[in-house]
Amino acid sequence: MPSYVITEKCDGCKAQDKTACQYICPNDLMTLNRDLMKAYNQEPDQCWECYNCVKICPQQAIEVRGYQDFNPIGGNVIPMRGTDSIMWTIKFRNGSLKRFKFPIRTTPEGSIDPYKGLPEVDYSKIKQSGYFNGSARTE
Amino acid sequence: MEKETCTFSYCQRPEIVEVETDLLIIGGGMSACGAAFEGTRWANPKGLRIVMVDKAATDRSGAVAMGLSAINTYIGENKVEDYVKYVRGDLMGIIREDIVFDLGRHVDNSVHLFEEWGLPIWKKSDDGFSLDGFQSRDAGKAMLKDGGAPVRSGKWQIMINGESYKVIVAEAAKRALEINRQATGMAQNHYERVFIVKLYKDANQPNRVAAAAGFSVRENKIYLFKAKAMCLGAGGAVNVFRPRSVKEGQGRAWYPVWNSGSGYALGMQAGAELTMMENRFVPARFKDGYGPVGAWFLFFKAKATNAYGEDYCVTNFEATKEKYGKYTDKLGTAIRNHMMMIDMKAGKGPIYMNTHTAMQELAKTMDAKRIKHLEAEAWEDFLDMCIGQAGLWACKNVEPDKEPSEIMPTEPYLLGSHAGCAGFWVSGPGDIAGFPAEWSWGYNRMSTVNGLFMMGDIVGASGHKFSSGSHAEGRIAGKNAIAFILDNASYTPAIKQTNDEIAGELYAPYETFEKYKAHTTDPFMNPHYIRPANLQARLQKISDEYFGGISTWYMTSKTMLEEGLKQLEVLKEDSAKLAAGNLHELMRCWENYHRILSVEAHARHILFRQESRYPGYYYRGDFDLVDDNDWKCFVNSTYNAETNTWELKKVPYVQVYAD
Repeated sequence: MPSYVITEKCDGCKAQDKTACQYICPNDLMTLNRDLMKAYNQEPDQCWECYNCVKICPQQAIEVRGYQDFNPIGGNVIPMRGTDSIMWTIKFRNGSLKRFKFPIRTTPEGSIDPYKGLPEVDYSKIKQSGYFNGSARTE
Repeated sequence: MEKETCTFSYCQRPEIVEVETDLLIIGGGMSACGAAFEGTRWANPKGLRIVMVDKAATDRSGAVAMGLSAINTYIGENKVEDYVKYVRGDLMGIIREDIVFDLGRHVDNSVHLFEEWGLPIWKKSDDGFSLDGFQSRDAGKAMLKDGGAPVRSGKWQIMINGESYKVIVAEAAKRALEINRQATGMAQNHYERVFIVKLYKDANQPNRVAAAAGFSVRENKIYLFKAKAMCLGAGGAVNVFRPRSVKEGQGRAWYPVWNSGSGYALGMQAGAELTMMENRFVPARFKDGYGPVGAWFLFFKAKATNAYGEDYCVTNFEATKEKYGKYTDKLGTAIRNHMMMIDMKAGKGPIYMNTHTAMQELAKTMDAKRIKHLEAEAWEDFLDMCIGQAGLWACKNVEPDKEPSEIMPTEPYLLGSHAGCAGFWVSGPGDIAGFPAEWSWGYNRMSTVNGLFMMGDIVGASGHKFSSGSHAEGRIAGKNAIAFILDNASYTPAIKQTNDEIAGELYAPYETFEKYKAHTTDPFMNPHYIRPANLQARLQKISDEYFGGISTWYMTSKTMLEEGLKQLEVLKEDSAKLAAGNLHELMRCWENYHRILSVEAHARHILFRQESRYPGYYYRGDFDLVDDNDWKCFVNSTYNAETNTWELKKVPYVQVYAD
C-alpha cells in the first residue's frame, strides 16, 4: 500500500527543522520537492505500507492507497497515534466503518531511564553467561 | 568487460568523515538496540566508546519498524531445553543447539525490560480471558518479572499491544548511547541515514576486522568508522526472489523490504564463515497482503483447509511421511507448506484460513462485550504489524467472522531470526556440556573473523529467536565484544586502503551515471550502465527461475543451479556498471549488490547439499528426499572476495538434547 501525500494538507514541514516523513521512513522513500515544498513518495513500489509516515505527519497529510496489484479501489485505513494509544478507522469499499483503539505504551514518551535501579557490572563475570543485570536461567 | 573507475572526474567528491570508536554497532534493529543497551553498561566504567550506525531512523528501523502483535519467544513457565527441541523440530533437525539453548536461557530478561520500559503486555484475567496492556495494568495484574501471567497464543508466544514496540526499545538504546557519549566525550555516536557498504580488514592482522565504510543518504559525505570490534546486525535478505506481486505490490514483502542482505554481504566479504545458507523461509500467509497467520492458528484456533474443507495436514500426512520421513511428525513450518502445496498443485485450492468458523466457535462462550473485544483483537493482529492486510480486507469487504480468507506460500526469504536459520557460523557460549570445544573460540557470537560479532537475523543455525531473541542476542554480542576489546586493549585499527580508494569504490555508481547520462535523451535508457531497479529485476528473475522460486514451485536441481550461477556471475560483473542518479539510488545500488552476494551463497549451499532438507521451502528434484545418513550435518562456506571463490564443507551435527 504505497503512501501518498495530499497536496492541500502538506506544508513541507515548514515549521519543523526537518520533514517528519522524510526523517522517519525506514526505506528512505519520502522526499521533499523543494520547488513545491511538498513531500512525495519517490519509490512507491518499495513501500512496505508501514504507515510510519502517516502516523508521524503533523498535518495528517499522508494516507495510503492499496497496491493496485491486488487491492480493489475504495477501502482505507487511517491511524491517529497519540502518546499512549492509537485510534484506527477502517473504511470498507462498501462504505461501512470500523473503529478501534489500542494501547501503545504504558509510560510517558521519553521517560525511559535504562539503567535505573539496575546493578553495576561485575567484570569478573564478563565472559560468563548472563547480563549485567541478571544471570542466565539454569534448569 | 572494462571496469568503470571513479576518479571524481564527473561526480562531486564527497567529504570523508573518519570516526574512531572502540565498538561499532552496524544496524539499528532489535539486535543493534540490544547491543547498545548491554554494551554501554560494560563499556562506560572502562571509558570505551560505542558508536551505532543505522541506515534509517532508529525509532522505526529494522524488522520491527511497523510494530508487532506478539513476542514470539518468551520461555516463562517452560523449560529452555524444550525450546531447543521445538526449534530443532521446526528447522528439520539441524540447529546449533548450544546457541539456541544460550538464547533461550537469556531471552526473558529482555522481555521483562520491554515491559518496564512501557510495552503493553496482555495478561490473563481472573476468569481466563485476555486483558490488553491497559486493562491488565488497571486491574493491578503483576508484571512478567513478578510472575504475571501473559496471554499465551502458543507455547512460546505472548500477546502484546505492540504498535510502538520498536519506538520503546529504540528509546532505551538511544538513551544508552547518549549516556556513553557523555561519559566518553564523543561529539556524536549515533548516526542515522548512513548506509554501510563494506567492511575492511586490518592491515597487519589478516583475520581481523578494522573498519567499516558507508555513505550518508542525505548529504555528500562518506563515513569511515575505525573500530576495535563490531557488532553486525544488518538483517536478512528480502526481495531476492521474484515476488508474487511484481508492480507496486512488490513492496508488500512479508519481511521488511529494506532488509537487503547487507548483514550477509558485509560479513561474507570480510571472509566470515557461513552456515546453513541453503535454508530459506517461505511463510504461508494471507494471500497478497501477507498478514500474519500465527495468532489465527494459535490464538483463535482457526483451521486451514483446501477449498473442499479438507485439512491438508491430515489428508496428505501419510504420503508426506512416506517421502520425507520422521520430520513430518513435528508438522514444522516447511512440512505444512509442503502439504498445502500438494493440494494447490492438485487444483484443490484456494487454500483458506477459516477465520469465520474459529470466531463463531469462540463467540459461543462469550457475551457481546467479549465478542467485541475478540473482534478488536483479531483486527489488532494486523494493525500492529501488517496494516496493509487490514487495508486489503477493507478493500475487499472481508468480514473475518463471516467468511474465510485465502492463504498462500510467499516468495522465499533469507533470514535467521524467524522460522529460518541462514547465517554465519559463530562462537558458542562454551559453558554448556556436550558440545565440541572448537565450537567456541573465546567470545560468544564472534564470527570466524576476529572482532566481528554477529547478531539477529544473520546468526546461522539458530532460528526462532524473533524480536525478543534478537534483542537478547544483541546484548550477548555487545557484552562479549566489550570483553574482546578489553582483552586487546593495545590494538589500534589500521587498514591498507586509502580514503580515496574507499570513496572511489563507494561512489563509483554515481560517477558512472554522471559520465554517461548525457549520451541519451533519457537517462533511464542508456547502453553504458544498469540502474539498480533493473539489476534487481534480473536478480529476481534468475533466482526465481533457477534457484527454486515460485515459478517452479520451489523446485531446483544441480543442472538448474549451475546454469543460474553462471548467469548470476555475469550479473555480478554487470554490477560494476551500476549507475546512481542520486544518493537514494546509490543506496539501492549497493543494497542490490548485497542481495546478489546473499543469493549466491544461498544457491551454492543448495547445490552442495545433495538432498531436500526443507520440503515446502525448496526441493532438489535430483535428490528429493531428507537424507539423514549423509546430510544430517551443517553446510559451512567461506567466500574469498579477492579471488571471487568459494569453499564449502560439511560440519558434523552434534545433538545434546535427546529427541
